[in-house]
Order: sequence, then structure tokens, then C-alpha cells
Amino acid sequence: MDLANTYEIYPVSDHAITLDFGQEINAQTNQRIMLIFQVLLEKSITGIKDIIPAYSSICLVYDCKAVLKIAGGISAYDFLKRLLDSLVIEVGNNPGSTTGRNLKVPVCYHPTLAPDLMLLIDTLQLSIEEFVALHSNKIYRIYMIGFLPGFAYMGSVNEKIISPRKQSPRTIVPAGSVGIAGAQTGIYPFASPGGWQLIGRTPLEIFDANKKQPSFFMPGDNVCFEPIALEQFYEMQKQPSKWV
Amino acid sequence: MGISILKAGIADTLQDQGRYGFQHLGIPPGGAMDPVAMLVSNALVGNQANEAVLEMHFPSPIILFTSSALIALAGADFGAEIDGVAVELHQPLLVPQNSELKFTKNKSGARVYLSVADGFVAEEWLGSFGTMPLVQKGGFKGRNLATNDSLLFKKKQVDKIARLIALPWRASVAEFYFDNRIQCIAGAEVGSLNQEGITNFTQAVFSIGIQSNRMGYRLNGPNLNTTTQKEYLSSAVDFGTIQLLPSGQLILLMADHQTTGGYTRIAHVSSTYFATLAQSPIGKQLQFEWIDLATAEKKLIEQEQNLQQLQNACNFRLQEYFSND
Repeated sequence: MDLANTYEIYPVSDHAITLDFGQEINAQTNQRIMLIFQVLLEKSITGIKDIIPAYSSICLVYDCKAVLKIAGGISAYDFLKRLLDSLVIEVGNNPGSTTGRNLKVPVCYHPTLAPDLMLLIDTLQLSIEEFVALHSNKIYRIYMIGFLPGFAYMGSVNEKIISPRKQSPRTIVPAGSVGIAGAQTGIYPFASPGGWQLIGRTPLEIFDANKKQPSFFMPGDNVCFEPIALEQFYEMQKQPSKWV
Repeated sequence: MGISILKAGIADTLQDQGRYGFQHLGIPPGGAMDPVAMLVSNALVGNQANEAVLEMHFPSPIILFTSSALIALAGADFGAEIDGVAVELHQPLLVPQNSELKFTKNKSGARVYLSVADGFVAEEWLGSFGTMPLVQKGGFKGRNLATNDSLLFKKKQVDKIARLIALPWRASVAEFYFDNRIQCIAGAEVGSLNQEGITNFTQAVFSIGIQSNRMGYRLNGPNLNTTTQKEYLSSAVDFGTIQLLPSGQLILLMADHQTTGGYTRIAHVSSTYFATLAQSPIGKQLQFEWIDLATAEKKLIEQEQNLQQLQNACNFRLQEYFSND
């Protein structure tokens, strides 16, 4: 597929612009997004306040006045549209590699920490062991971070454990809960309302506002889950988070 | 040297122009709901545009000045009184030590801003002094103010003054607030509305629902129907994004919006209307009309220039006043 010809660029406010490759969750497309993200960070363009990569899109939030100073007489939007057009070509011709880290995340799949697991394995006709193996024997890609600070959308789970969101969301999901929604898996960084099927919990504090880099995860990272026993979970939970 | 909260209001927080550079980690920018009122209150006391100010709602707090201060109020008219004397919005005020500021009546608007010269001592988190209660960071201990909290001034404000003085000028802000016709640029998925939905969006009246807060406003109005899917892959949203929920109702994202979302993006409010939206209380009726992006960008720049002029004029008047003093 010629990706260079299958994208759209549109505004998401009068000071934000999105480059969008479409409605497909696809590692190759996301890889392009992460490359564009990296190039934009390196270029450090005047007036760009935020760069928000997502599954198949990337958004630039900008200060119009600052961008106009370097836009050479065209509108800030048109200037950034041209920039994004040229980046698609640049990255398309030169796939390169991103610097996504490989992260290990301990997860306890004990039913006391996984309120939806028993019902789910019943529906999926799997044993707990089979389910845990399917969820943990895989390297997931962090496609994006959103919804809550540090909430990483990871994919894709083995098709045997794809599960729909819950009919009615829970009012409170405990922090650290690992969930599945469709082919996505993710971890709630805070206690919050949520509709994902809860299949485990990590003892890691995945968002720590006191750290210089408060989010454990970055877009583009690779993650694998390591099953741990209930005793290990409580032991690890007592220890402070280790990342810097 | 500062203020004391004798009685807390609903959700009094310190806010600035927001926290940028971290939306890729899901950290929302936050910041003042009414960017114009925030900037004007700062300009009136000679502050930089981004100095943290106190954002207050109604019922509002009762505030004791534990030292004399140069202050200004901007935004909503909640019948402000200092020691029982009515004071104007958008005017610099010299307030004596031990004065009490209270708000007596919910007259118009939805949030009022208090600035003090040189600003409040506030906690910085990721480059912003804005309050983010979810992670308990920024502003005052990362939370809403409570009764008996004390906020310090960064600097001594003015020498002891004997009585309340309203400095002899007011900022005119009328040009920054509009009636209830809110201009929007088209959203990426507006085409998924059916014909009736498109017509209703600009013809119908929507009122701001009860479940509205700093994250977003629920808009009560006719259900808008789509011809295609109602959910999309999550991608970036912004202050002013109008999303269509699967129920057919609209939600308008405000300052504490999530960074990404998957609902149909119908429209994006032109940012020159953010101040008007921020001062629209629950129950207020709104209508939407289209504006093209190029015009919206021009208006945004024009508004920034006008605010810059206002700030320059305020600085000039202040310097003049205090050099003749």
C-alpha cells in the first residue's frame, strides 16, 4: 500500500492540525506516526506547543502568532500542512527505526485482582492458565497514550482473547488494573471510571507525578507482561516505583 | 503577606495559561477557562499574561487580605464587595490590610478571576502553575482551596494604605465577549451527520446541561443522527472540540479536556469564543454557526493583538499613576 497517498490533514481547532492515515489499527502505520513524532521533536519547530501521536494520526498544537513569524506570508495552518505533507514523504522514503524501549510489566492475574477474568474465560472457553499464557506471551506495542495521564493503549491481543467493553462501565476501577477492550489492552494509572474488562493488576505505579518523567510508558514503547503470584504482587506493591 | 480563605467557594483554583508539552503522555493542558479574563486581570495589576490567578465560581469564597494589595477582578459579575462597598470588575483596586472581599450575587457570567500584583506563590508542575486535582499537582497543593487556606503574595504589594482606592480607569472588555451565537470550524467527521443533523446543528438551540464542568459542557438539544459509524479510532481533541456522543447528544470540551477521544468530531469552536463559552453558565442557550478556518485564524491573531494593546495601555496607566503618586 502506498501510504504517502492515503492520508488526510485537517484542523482540530484554529490552532491545532492533524495528519491522519485512516481508521485502521496497524503497527506499520503507527510506526510511521512515531517516526514523524521523532522527527518533529528533533526539528523543534517554532510555535509548536504539543505533539500528540495516536493510533494512526498525529496532532500538532501550535501558537498561531509564533508560527506566522516563520510562515513566510501564508497562514499558520497552511504552513504546517505543507510541513506535514513533506514529512510524510520524508518518512515514507526513509522508514528508519524508532527508539521505543522494551519494558517488562509484572501482572498478577489472580481472580481477586481481576474481577472480570472468571466470567471472561468462561465465555472464551479457556482455562486461566491458557488465558494468562495468551495475554502474557506477546510483545505489545504502545500505540498511543491518552484518556488519562499515562494510560497506554497497547495492542494487539491474541484474537482468542479479544473481548468487548463492558455493557456498563464501572464507576471506579482501581489503579494498576489491567484491562482488555476489543483487541486493545491497557493499564489504569489512577482509580477512575472505566469500561474495560479487568483481567489483572500490576503493582507498578505507572504514573508518578513526583518524577521528572512522570509516565512509565512512552508512545512507541514495547511492553511484555510477566505473570506474578498474589504474594509477589503485595510484596512489590510495598516498594516504591523504580524508574527515574 | 497574602490572603486567607475565610470561607471556601465551589472549586476555587489557581490557574494560568496551561501546561503544554505533555499531551503525548495524556496530560491535559488545563489552565484558566476564560483566557481573556485571566489576561485582563493580570494586565490591570501590571503582571505578565501567564501569571497564576485565582479562578472562582458562585457561591464564591470570602477572602481576607492579610496585607494591603493591588488587585483586580475580571470575568463574571458576582456582585463583588470589599468591606461592604461594591467594587467594579476590570479596574485596579488598592485594598487595605484586613479588608474582606466577598461576592454577593450571581448576576452574570460563570467564573471570576482575582489577580494580585506580582502574583501568588504557587506550586509549579511540568512548567505550569495551573491546578491539576487528578494528580494533586500545581497551583495550591494541587487542589481546590479550602476554608482557612492561606495564599502568599510573591512580593510585598504596596505600602500600608488607609482605605480602599479604585484606580481611575477601567479596561473595556466588551469586544472580547459575544452573544450566544458561537462560531465554529467544521470537524473532521462532520460529514457523518445526516442532512437533518447538519441542519439542526446550526438551526437548533442547545442549552448547557447540569453535568458541565471544567472538563466539558453537556449540550441539551435535539439528537443529531449520523449516516455512518459513531465511534472512531482515538485521536487528539482540543479545548472547543464539539463531539457527538453515541446517544446523539453533543459534548463541548473545555479547559480540562482529555487529550484524545474517539467520538465523532462535529466542530471546533473558534478560540476567540472561549471566553464567551467560559462565561456561559449552566442553562445558558447557545447556537452554532460556521466560520472558515482562515477567518478563524485571522480573528485569533486580531484578538491577541487587541489583548496585547490592552496590556500595554494598562502598564502605561499604572506607571503613570505610581510615578505621580
